Amino acid sequence: MFDDFLFRALIAGIGIALVTGPLGCFVVWRRLSFFGDTLAHSALLGVLLSVAFDLNISLTIFTVSSLIALLLLRLQKTTNLPSDALLGLLSHSSLAVGLVILGFLSFIRFDIMGVLFGDILSVNVNDLLSIWIGGAIILLVLWFIWKPLFASTVNYELAEAEGMNPERVNAIFTILLAALIAISIKMVGLLLITGMLIIPTTMARNLSNNPKQMVILSIIGGLLSVFIGLYTSFEINTSSGPTIVVVALILFILSLIGIKKRNYG
Amino acid sequence: MTNNPNVLVKISNAGIQKSGKWLVKDVNLEIHRGKIVTIIGPNGSGKSTTAKIVLGLHKKIEGNVQTFTKKISYVPQKVSIDWTLPIRVLDFMVLTEDLKPQEINDALNLTGVDHLISRNLRDLSGGEFQRVLLARAIAKKPELLVLDEPVQGVDFAGEVALYGLIKKISETLNCGILLISHDLHVVMSATDYVVCLNGHVCCSGTPVDVARDKHYKELFGEKSSQLLSIYEHDHDHVHTADGDIVKENV
Repeated sequence: MFDDFLFRALIAGIGIALVTGPLGCFVVWRRLSFFGDTLAHSALLGVLLSVAFDLNISLTIFTVSSLIALLLLRLQKTTNLPSDALLGLLSHSSLAVGLVILGFLSFIRFDIMGVLFGDILSVNVNDLLSIWIGGAIILLVLWFIWKPLFASTVNYELAEAEGMNPERVNAIFTILLAALIAISIKMVGLLLITGMLIIPTTMARNLSNNPKQMVILSIIGGLLSVFIGLYTSFEINTSSGPTIVVVALILFILSLIGIKKRNYG
Repeated sequence: MTNNPNVLVKISNAGIQKSGKWLVKDVNLEIHRGKIVTIIGPNGSGKSTTAKIVLGLHKKIEGNVQTFTKKISYVPQKVSIDWTLPIRVLDFMVLTEDLKPQEINDALNLTGVDHLISRNLRDLSGGEFQRVLLARAIAKKPELLVLDEPVQGVDFAGEVALYGLIKKISETLNCGILLISHDLHVVMSATDYVVCLNGHVCCSGTPVDVARDKHYKELFGEKSSQLLSIYEHDHDHVHTADGDIVKENV
């Protein structure tokens, strides 16, 4: 069964949608979408380093993205630059450094399109293992820090005053994001991973009235996008990553009909 | 070092500087179990800052803060809920601690908003939201309760009732309360210790002492000390609806 590329793609997609749902909710609640982009861009640097030095690709991306994430947290504390400027600085400099390194690697055949947009149909059994094992660890950690993370999302000072240690859970959360990017880059690509995080989640927001419901709906939205997107890309022969994101967008547009009824009607 | 088991928080000579300016300076304060300490002062006098020092939210402070409890509840001055976050009163009640449905209902009932339990936080009015904030804080049964203007936006009748409730909570839960308030007249009646702040502690003591202090009169005007006189007489009776005086059996 695992011999079939479409089946492998499906299993990979399900694994990723299960993780992007809950993480995406926190990304939206905490207004971190640009932050997700920054981490994703820094992943290119990780990919190239892994190719250049023949390292494990997921681990290298995870390390580079985590370092960028922690560097950002550090810079936010020590400089007076606003967050969006810092994010832009890190995002584009890591992208640029990655592309410069790519220039030195001309002797290696390297599929940059695959890194940018993902190549879900090239997913092998090892990738499946890293998606599912990595994904399980991410969800487990998230489950453990759920309460303090949610409390500090609602009100940072309240959470800190009542002993929830928001600074620590924030750092853990950014590392979880880096881990997600590491396991999903091969499938969705670094330009589209933020889309997978954000679009099913915003769809879920339109249809939900409490946090748990929003998490569940965004997982369902992600799963539906993967199912329909994969099937469509196979049928009409389009690239699968972008097709999945387009399906998510269509689901979001449909959810706007729901929100009109609920909030303004 | 204090050995008094009733002391929950002791801050000595505490102060904080921001870009070379003192936000507050030389604050000395003790919060005891079962007692209400109220901080009053004009805008920008460092009331909220002092509360945050007590809560340990400011890291780089001068002086010394000792906290002898971990069971703390906090009602911040402002809580804004982003539209992207759908959250009901019910979800908010268990934000930092899991509670039984009964405990949630009881607390909401005390502040008079139990009917709002499945409403979304964003759909509440300012006064309703304050009541929910207060309910969440007391539902945890804290040892230390820090309330930063807890009744802002609450209607006048509700305001008096909520201050009454705060007083009752300090007795039933035997918890120490740090209250920040603008409502001089109510505060003066329902507090054990008053700290009058204006960048530093102008004067402090029992409500009666503070109202007589000349610094207090300078800060709030002559009239404000007369407010107290309404309350200075002993409440040994209640009034019935038609104005008759009835001896209170407490």
